Amino acid sequence: MHKTLTIDELELKANDIRQDIIRMLEHAGSGHVAGPLGQADIFTALYFDVMKHDPHNPDWEERDILVQSNGHTVPVRYVTMAHAGYFDRKELMTLRQLGSRLQGHPERTKLPGLETTSGPLGEGLSQACGMALAMRMDQQHHRWVYVTTGDGELNEGNNWEAIMLAAKYKLNNIITIVDRNNIQIDGPTESVMPLEDLRAKWEAFGWHVIEIDGNNIEAVIDACAMARAIVEKPVCIIAHTIPGKGVDFMENNFHWHGYFVQTPEGPEVKKVAKEALHELRTLQGKIRSEHE
Amino acid sequence: MSNMHLIDDILADDIKMEANRAGFGRGLVAAGKLDKNVVAACADLTDSTKMNGFAETFPDRFIEIGIGEQNLVTVGSGLAAMGKIPFVASYAAFSPGRNWEQIRTTICLNDQPVKIVGAHAGVSVGPDGATHQMLEDIALMRALPNMVVMAPCDSVEAEKMTLAMAKDKRPNYIRLARENTPVITTDQTPFQIGKAYVFRGGTDVTIISTGTMTYQAMVAAEKLAKDGINAEVVHVPTIKPLDAVTIVESVRKTGAVVTAEEAQIAGGLGGTVAELLAEECPTPMKRIGMRDHFGESGKPDELIKHFGLDSLHIAMAAHAVLDKK
Repeated sequence: MHKTLTIDELELKANDIRQDIIRMLEHAGSGHVAGPLGQADIFTALYFDVMKHDPHNPDWEERDILVQSNGHTVPVRYVTMAHAGYFDRKELMTLRQLGSRLQGHPERTKLPGLETTSGPLGEGLSQACGMALAMRMDQQHHRWVYVTTGDGELNEGNNWEAIMLAAKYKLNNIITIVDRNNIQIDGPTESVMPLEDLRAKWEAFGWHVIEIDGNNIEAVIDACAMARAIVEKPVCIIAHTIPGKGVDFMENNFHWHGYFVQTPEGPEVKKVAKEALHELRTLQGKIRSEHE
Repeated sequence: MSNMHLIDDILADDIKMEANRAGFGRGLVAAGKLDKNVVAACADLTDSTKMNGFAETFPDRFIEIGIGEQNLVTVGSGLAAMGKIPFVASYAAFSPGRNWEQIRTTICLNDQPVKIVGAHAGVSVGPDGATHQMLEDIALMRALPNMVVMAPCDSVEAEKMTLAMAKDKRPNYIRLARENTPVITTDQTPFQIGKAYVFRGGTDVTIISTGTMTYQAMVAAEKLAKDGINAEVVHVPTIKPLDAVTIVESVRKTGAVVTAEEAQIAGGLGGTVAELLAEECPTPMKRIGMRDHFGESGKPDELIKHFGLDSLHIAMAAHAVLDKK
């Protein structure tokens, strides 16, 4: 897509996206919050800089593909797509309602621009392998498949089957971004089911690994550029993010992984949303790239 | 009697025997020649699922997945997303046995035209025993919206079915058997996805069968003829969507039904026909198939008899249902 935004502008865009995530979840009354906030910088980078795509022609044959394996964090994708021009921002307020194109978990057949249906975890990487193999058969060497995956979902064996396959076929047209936010529903990842040494695991399975601060937009853009330049292996970007990033009382607290209304009930939702939005509005300039 | 162009003598001693998976293998190569988008993936069972012909003919369009059936079907979903027509094969016990949720989410709900090939289904797998004798695959696949469920009666029909699958835009499941079974159809025998066929016309009782059990049904009809009973045999190669018109028309005429399948009746052909007739045309009925139990090791022929799936038991069921008429 057109590269018209500076890093500063992208950071402001990510902040706008965070505010819309809070607004849409408040309106919907349910939905995951921490993951979407934590990945706002990654999705902003992907849709406003990294990926080749056309919001007005979602089926454009030369587009890059984004497979969102962690479908429960789809609010960040819906909001980013709306900001990118796929549909009107007003539609965000239909999230999770009967008849909406914005299903609680993403459904390809409902909304143009979604590449697959996801939510049940651990299935995105395999689909990306199929897509990458098809691109190679068709000699489409100029396209990439980006995958976002949660860290908790790496508990799923299906992922590791795909990780082996991608390495076997040297699918260098796959770039996987792991949202390493260290939480899952039952608690910290390292107590629920330890993933470390995560980097060593991916490397042992034949992938090239890049580790970044996933809340640093410039780092995301740079890592994706580096990943595209690596030809002999698929690339995994372990993006260290802060769940709930931007809203102090949500950051790093696994209770906020789950449903927005889970902790505060009833009228509390409005209060929480108000506080979160206030924080985000006064935040401008706080989440910054620290590249020199 | 019919215009089905079946072989002349179902009871011939020298009837040609061939596994229907062999027909699938030929059909896949033929489909690959007709359309370069046809691709195949297998989970470490390339020879026994008969994908080897395709793998040798089109090595660049064949993907060896290794022993990972969850990966097998999800890779298939990704291939289909990019416009490929993927056939993905394993034993039915593992695919769709192990990977049902992946099929549900990434193929059916996601509406991608992946062709799932479940080989070695039924008790006729034989000595390998209950772990490998898949009996619940029809029920698993039938319950899924968008999925087409098929079981060919012989290798000739399997070949036609495979070619038709390559042109069908929906998710498909094809159920195959390991053993050599009689070839009862010919190149001229009609086949279309979604159609049931009256393989033998009759007036007293309708035997509705699928897969290789259709041979048993045809033999049962011969036995019944000797007893003065004129049985109609309706072969149902497509279990879903079910050809309700052909079935109801036959049953209205005969007023008695026997179903026959090498699978669990619950959720299987027996289940779907019972559901149809209960709503449209309640009729005395007997169902041949597995009744809520697993198989065991043995020779294929032995097991078919042991579990009451042979022509004799079908004929006995026809007598019993006629008594209720």
